[in-house]
Amino acid sequence: MQADSLTSILLTIALAPLVGAIIAGFFRNQIGRRGAHIVTIAGVAISCVLSMYVFKLLAFDDFPTYNQNLYTWFDVGGYSAHVGFLIDRLTAMMMVVVTFVSLMVHIYTIGYMHEDPGYQRFFSYIALFTFSMLMLVMSNNFLQLFFGWEAVGLVSYLLIGFWFKKPSAVFANMKAFLVNRVGDFGFLLGIAGVLMYFGTLDYATVFANKMAIEGKTIELVAGHAWAVPTVICILLFIGAMGKSAQVPLHVWLPDSMEGPTPISALIHAATMVTAGIFMVARMSPLFEMSDTALATIAVIGATTAFFTGLIGLVQNDIKRVVAYSTLSQLGYMTVALGVSAYSAAVFHLMTHAFFKALLFLGAGSVIIAMHHEQDMRHMGGLRKYMPITWITAWIGTLALVGTPLFSGFYSKDAIIVAAQSAAHEGGAAFAYAYYAVLFGVFVTSLYSFRLLYLTFHGKERFVVDEHHDDAHHDNHGDDHGHHEPGHLAHAPHESPLVVTLPLILLAIPSVVIAWFFVKPMLLGGFFDGAIFVDPRHDPLGHFAEEFHGVVSFALHGLQTAPFWFAFAGFALATYLYLFNPALPGRIYNALRPLARILENKYGFDDLYQAVFARGSVLLGRGLWKGGDVAIIDGALVNGSAAIVERASSIMRWMQSGYLYHYAFAMILGLIALLGAFVWIG
Amino acid sequence: MMSAHLLSWLIALPVLGGVATLVSGGANANRARWIALAFALATLALCVPLLTGFDAGSASMQFVQNLPWIQALNVNYHVGVDGVAVALIALTAFTTVLVLIGAWEAIDEKVHQYYAAFLVLEGLMIGVFCALDALLFYVFFEAMLIPMFIIIGIWGGPRRVYATIKFFLYTFFGSIFMLIGLIYLYLKSGSFDLATLAQYPLSATEQMWLFFAFLLAFAVKVPMFPVHTWLPDAHVEAPTGGSVILAAIMLKIGGFGFLRFNLPITPDASHEFAWLVIALSLIAVVYIGFVALVQQDMKKLIAYSSISHMGFVTLGAFVPLMLARDAGNLAAAKLALQGAMVQMISHGFISAALFSCVGVLYDRVHSRMIGDYGGVANTMPWFAFFMVFFAMANSGLPGTSGFVGEFMVILASFQAKPWIAATAALTLIIGAAYTLWMVKRVMFGEAKHAHVKSLSDINGREALVLGGFAAATLLFGIWPAPLTGLMDVSIGTVVDQLMRVKV
Repeated sequence: MQADSLTSILLTIALAPLVGAIIAGFFRNQIGRRGAHIVTIAGVAISCVLSMYVFKLLAFDDFPTYNQNLYTWFDVGGYSAHVGFLIDRLTAMMMVVVTFVSLMVHIYTIGYMHEDPGYQRFFSYIALFTFSMLMLVMSNNFLQLFFGWEAVGLVSYLLIGFWFKKPSAVFANMKAFLVNRVGDFGFLLGIAGVLMYFGTLDYATVFANKMAIEGKTIELVAGHAWAVPTVICILLFIGAMGKSAQVPLHVWLPDSMEGPTPISALIHAATMVTAGIFMVARMSPLFEMSDTALATIAVIGATTAFFTGLIGLVQNDIKRVVAYSTLSQLGYMTVALGVSAYSAAVFHLMTHAFFKALLFLGAGSVIIAMHHEQDMRHMGGLRKYMPITWITAWIGTLALVGTPLFSGFYSKDAIIVAAQSAAHEGGAAFAYAYYAVLFGVFVTSLYSFRLLYLTFHGKERFVVDEHHDDAHHDNHGDDHGHHEPGHLAHAPHESPLVVTLPLILLAIPSVVIAWFFVKPMLLGGFFDGAIFVDPRHDPLGHFAEEFHGVVSFALHGLQTAPFWFAFAGFALATYLYLFNPALPGRIYNALRPLARILENKYGFDDLYQAVFARGSVLLGRGLWKGGDVAIIDGALVNGSAAIVERASSIMRWMQSGYLYHYAFAMILGLIALLGAFVWIG
Repeated sequence: MMSAHLLSWLIALPVLGGVATLVSGGANANRARWIALAFALATLALCVPLLTGFDAGSASMQFVQNLPWIQALNVNYHVGVDGVAVALIALTAFTTVLVLIGAWEAIDEKVHQYYAAFLVLEGLMIGVFCALDALLFYVFFEAMLIPMFIIIGIWGGPRRVYATIKFFLYTFFGSIFMLIGLIYLYLKSGSFDLATLAQYPLSATEQMWLFFAFLLAFAVKVPMFPVHTWLPDAHVEAPTGGSVILAAIMLKIGGFGFLRFNLPITPDASHEFAWLVIALSLIAVVYIGFVALVQQDMKKLIAYSSISHMGFVTLGAFVPLMLARDAGNLAAAKLALQGAMVQMISHGFISAALFSCVGVLYDRVHSRMIGDYGGVANTMPWFAFFMVFFAMANSGLPGTSGFVGEFMVILASFQAKPWIAATAALTLIIGAAYTLWMVKRVMFGEAKHAHVKSLSDINGREALVLGGFAAATLLFGIWPAPLTGLMDVSIGTVVDQLMRVKV
């Protein structure tokens, strides 16, 4: 296999979805609905197959890392920026995850969106997303990374606002874009720092010369010196906080659920939101240089993992529960980054991509069956109507809560063990992180089984009006405003094959993927050369001691705290939602103040709305009316015009044209002159 | 033969076209349109030999023509171009063609005069970019005001008289100081030749006075805070084509002036007062950004957005003085200056496109107010595509040209002072906020108003105009290397000039 032919393969991987997106977008009327999904699915399928091939080359055939520039973006004053690919095992894994989940979502969309008038547009967007995400993960430099980073943000914006008639959707997409921009603000400055100290934006060169910033300081504010590695890493991480929705920049992700469910699965669970995690793992050589940055990351990740999980307990919208679960799981990955267990973070990223996409698509399947009802209080007992969705949802849930043998068990346990090791090494930050991820297991389990029971088990809390007029469920969109909640036109039924097939295909890796990769990825140096861990950190040493094979580790897991926390969550949820369904309401009433805090999402949204949104408008109005209109135009511009006018009117008044005025003035002048002469003289 | 007179042809051809259009008379509007378009296309075609014949590797002025003009005062008709000028001339010719196409149906009174005014304006603007003699520059610089004055004054909105007078007096007020400065320089050095003046030694005090004289002239043009308030008024009253040319090209002449006058002639004063220009640039980026956020009139919003984006041009033009002189960091200085120039070109496409978008809506609904729209995407999906695309470009999305210049300026400023870069980078948030909020209110939601429900999508002609700008925006966003390569050596020359200590 020549490097040249690999270049063409890589180009095909990246561009095939783009071609699909362009055709489906610009020729939507010519190719029609069928044409749109065929062309985009073909593009993504080509990408997926070739990505798997590339993965095989690198993972099993020991093909060396590929790193080549494609073309020069600019070359100015000795700085050059390129577009190019860096393909190592980390990239290859991401490519497979992205294209596989994307392919599943493409197929699923045929069923989910089949009534939607924007069908072709939707396919065009998700194919464009796949291209953007591939550019992000395949990049060999910071510039292209930023391109992909913002491009996925753009597509996310377009897709959250896909139903652009809905005020809530177009509010959510702007919010998502702007909050991400806050992160990008830091990210861009981080990139500026990289260029300043390394003189290049190329990953390989930067990492090879990383010692150039060792021990250097920079004055951000006069008189305060900061360690350069810390400054650069924290700035870059701010970008990750936006994209990967870490507290306090997490507020956009729950609202992004306004978008159609397939993209919640693809973009806001499996792929785009993990870009921040991927980025930090990619930059591990830099992050390893700053313990301050790592501790910060651990604290932020832990806060996100635990506290956003709690919010999931009080949500009634099925998608929002999964969304808060995603936030919480992203927090887990971030904690892993903070304790230097990058491979555990990336491994959890992979397993999470499968089971979270599965859960979202499952939720979407339920939403189809419920005619776009998303409130779980109007569901219940759906298992007998939609067995495939039900079983796959169970599989996803079991993987999510970390049931031994399921893929999520291995990845999550690795994170918890790594956090525990870090906490032992010392530092309050890591101890906090450990307890947050440990108790988080209980919370995860509780909201996950709550969702499962409320949706699929128990009594049916909806009414089927068989006589109901069938006319209006053709009009699509998640909001059926005039639709009476809990009333269905006809009985729910299992979704079509295009929907259930992706569920099944995602359920398989949700169970088994870890069996094959836990050992190489976490212990076998699979990511050597891509991820760097400083020898003073040994995050997974403890895990290595405990791990003696997939099955024995699962058995070992039964004796550990995380398992029992998960079991406690399961037991409590089972009791509350299966055996004593009246009790949750009573608990809710008893703990109303606490529930209120959770329902208000700790007040972040209200605070941001008041301070940033309303504050900016007030500030803008003040500056405009006060600065531009009153001072500059009022006083200075029109003011000087007025002065000229007044001065000229005085001049006009003096030049009256009457001889006696002038004679009088002359006499007065003469007297004044003589007087002055006498007085002074 | 051709190359010796190429620049003169580029200046003369549109002016001749203007005359031809004018004498074709008002009787047949279509004939006037086609004559004008033919001349604009011919001018654009002349840019081909300009671009192919230009040697980007050479630091000297090219296509030079030097003829005595007013011998008693040693004033010469001296024209020539460097890479920056070539880029701006091409931008001018390209934009003018699209403006003429854009006005096809929108203007239906005094058509021949309208088209003639734009062609004359084009020739004069190209003249500014070619001029190597300071007095020649000044003549073009002032003459340019006349056609624009006419365009706003005749085809403008209801408050056009206020706007034109404000526009004229503001810019005239600025440039009069430049004239005084030039006369002083002539009396001392006996020359108006820009290259001679760049070499001419000047004391610190002299440089200071000259620096401020030039600064005032170009700051009004850019426009910089606090002499920017003419721009929103002019844009609001100007017809679409006037706004497009104003935003796309005329503002750039301010940035170009800094490159031709302040930096080479008064490098020491530029260094001494770089902090002032940088501070005003940052105010432009942030303060004006917030002001843009609360505008109700789309054209005003885009006008303020222009001022904010031009802040990157002035920042990128003066940060190099800190970088090169204080830190000896020539690489970053070039990066910043390149960023400023790329931003000028890019802003030409994007602001022109946004004003054209407003024009498309205005032609249909006759309102520029955001509140009169909402849900336009329902009835105009193709228009929505362009509008969102240009909004994203205006927000500096990578992959569009709007990103390139800002990226370069921010990366370079970080090396001067991180806080400068941080302040400038706030545009990432503020710029996206005012642009996307406007898009949200205009394009998305249900179509509430009857006039929005009955909108028809863009026609082929409008698609051609918007598509032309979109193609340019995308091309230089994905591959800016041709543009930076064209200007690289010229930028290096400017950096050499600003390193030269003259006192």
